[in-house]
Amino acid sequence: MEIYLDNSATTQTCAAAADEAAKMMTMSYGNPSSQHKLGIEALGHLNKARERIATVLSCSDDEIFFTPSGTIANNTAIFGAAALNKRKGNTIVTTTIEHPSVLQPIGQLEAQGAQVIRLQVDRSGNISEEELFRAVNKNTILVSIMAVNNEIGSINPVHLVQTAVKRSGSPALIHCDAVQAFGKIKLKPAQMGIDLMSVSSHKIHGPKGAGALYVRKGLNLPPYIYGGGQEKGLVSGTEALPAIAGFGAAAAALPDVGMEQVKLSYLREHFLTQIASMPGVTVNSPINALPYIINISVLGVPSEVLINYLSSFEIYISAGSACKRGRKSEVIRMMGLSSQRADSAVRISLSRFTTRDELDRLAEKINEAIVKFRR
Amino acid sequence: MQEVILIKNGELALKGLNRSTFEDMLIKNIKQKTGRLGEFYFEKSQSTIMITPKTAEANLREACEDIAKIFGIAAFSLAASCKKDFEDIKATAEVFLADELFAAQTFKVEAKRSDKRFPMTSPELCRELGGVLLEKYPHLRVDVHDPEVTVTVEIRDNRAFVHGNQRRGAGGMPTGTGGRAMLLVSGGIDSPVAGWMMAKRGIKLIAVHFASPPYTSPKAEMKVHELLKKVAQYSGRIELFTVPFTQIQEHMRGRCPEEFFTIVMRRLMMRIANEIAEREHCGALITGESMGQVASQTLHALACTDAVAQFPVFRPCIGMDKEEIITIARKIDTFDISIQPYEDCCTIFTPRHPRTRPTIEAAAKAEARVFDQAMLDEAINGAELKIIY
Repeated sequence: MEIYLDNSATTQTCAAAADEAAKMMTMSYGNPSSQHKLGIEALGHLNKARERIATVLSCSDDEIFFTPSGTIANNTAIFGAAALNKRKGNTIVTTTIEHPSVLQPIGQLEAQGAQVIRLQVDRSGNISEEELFRAVNKNTILVSIMAVNNEIGSINPVHLVQTAVKRSGSPALIHCDAVQAFGKIKLKPAQMGIDLMSVSSHKIHGPKGAGALYVRKGLNLPPYIYGGGQEKGLVSGTEALPAIAGFGAAAAALPDVGMEQVKLSYLREHFLTQIASMPGVTVNSPINALPYIINISVLGVPSEVLINYLSSFEIYISAGSACKRGRKSEVIRMMGLSSQRADSAVRISLSRFTTRDELDRLAEKINEAIVKFRR
Repeated sequence: MQEVILIKNGELALKGLNRSTFEDMLIKNIKQKTGRLGEFYFEKSQSTIMITPKTAEANLREACEDIAKIFGIAAFSLAASCKKDFEDIKATAEVFLADELFAAQTFKVEAKRSDKRFPMTSPELCRELGGVLLEKYPHLRVDVHDPEVTVTVEIRDNRAFVHGNQRRGAGGMPTGTGGRAMLLVSGGIDSPVAGWMMAKRGIKLIAVHFASPPYTSPKAEMKVHELLKKVAQYSGRIELFTVPFTQIQEHMRGRCPEEFFTIVMRRLMMRIANEIAEREHCGALITGESMGQVASQTLHALACTDAVAQFPVFRPCIGMDKEEIITIARKIDTFDISIQPYEDCCTIFTPRHPRTRPTIEAAAKAEARVFDQAMLDEAINGAELKIIY
């Protein structure tokens, strides 16, 4: 039986979500914008999914905008916020370890003349709170910081951003890429003072092809995709109802966040104890990281070799992020770790379905790989 | 009016009594490649091959795109055939060239009168037809030095043909007329280019790739498939043998002196290629090596690998700079595939300080420490065949 430990890349779609998606494809296949009964029925399903996402984020449903992916949610948020605030200042604050779908749009804005401050991470993968406070000033128009890093699982102090913004009297909007955090830690954007938050379906056992952007009520975010005016004009294009309804079902099936965190922490501890006895295996994820993501380096065994070897036993893990196929981990490099550690870094990402036996088998095979391939 | 494709076979025209062997091979290659588009008639005369559709759905315009990638063709054009009568030629030119002339600003007319019994001389024909076309398309200007469209009228034995600009063919010799050779393909930029260059000279390619799972990923093998698929558009189908190489590399590790690792590995690859090449009736080996590019591609290192080769080793990239190789890789559309970052079997276990000037004796001595015929046989027998087209 396969052991899937690459849940930060994507997850297996859960039965409830798959059923819901199938229903939308074969039965409620109308266009939610259509006038007729079938269209209205589809609109009903769209709104139900919206409510379900809103429930998880403790916000109101008209603050949720569906997008085709987390990437498009991030792009919509960043370009929209920059356009909205363009007369109020010129500085954007972000970090060096954001996902490419945040780094690249901000890079584009930089090329168009924006000043960008990128907060560095320390050797344990955390950004410094003092630096955050120093970076934000009256000229800042956008602060974009991810809730949980996708490669090492570090949790960023996003709850402090609103204080930093308020104290400096900055007009900045706050965006948070919560794709990896959604469903795994408690996120209440309204309470945390966050204006924009991106989430994605396929990281929480929903289908691929749906994401959502939380937009604080009253914020009139301009679109960067134009067309038929779906999602109140913010994200034009016919809604991918099968994926969106599946997203809603997956969100509704999320278990209690606190209980899961306790369970996953135990699993992680169990795994870390096992690898602690292996020579030359180091843990790159910080101690306070999200327990779902465990980044380790098996020194002397290149990431690619370990991944291919484990893959031959149907154990699936990855090197850094799946978004940058084949390349070495940027985040590990940013943390200032040795190139030897970066070359052998792998990411093991768990889900709520991961079992202790699966991790035992992984540890056993890593041990074998060390004997076989280390040089 | 009947549309046809006229193919000028260039270099083949210089062949002597065996010319028709080359032409027949070329026709066979064209047939194979255009078969999916419908049935065509092929006719050869006066160093030209003429293609006419046999059925209504056989599409000549699509066939042109295929023909642009077939070796052994200097130039070709989509033409209209008509009676050898000026009135008919005039009418055909007006209709057939309408789109091309409408989009152009300058043109000229050329005539080739291989049938000297035709009542008008070539200059007469050019003048008259030029006048007619100018009247019909008054926006045009005549430019005899650098025209946008050259209208050509060919008066041949049986019929006359009218066409606009010729397209350049892929050049070279028809694939298969030069025999079979085995390409050692890694997944880098150079080896597909080397294969393409030899195919261009009429060689039919058989390929061999060495895979070392888990050191190399399945994606590296997929990359080789994609690369050969691009080459096969020119060379025709390629039989690829993927040889499992892990055991040999692991056996070498620790036993072979580090500075000789790559040289010895390449010698073993050559030995494996020798045997597969012989079995597959190949007459040569082809590699993408370029002089001095890496330590294993110095004069001395190449001599060490050549020493075990039982066939001539062709290295068409040997005198080319990387830039020149890349230019070809871009042209044949392999570059973007080649630069995908997957490890191949040549880059793992690379020594930190490889020998750049090994002697053949020293290399042979190092090889003797790891040589194991049974292991090579196992690799050869474990090779998997995949046909790429």
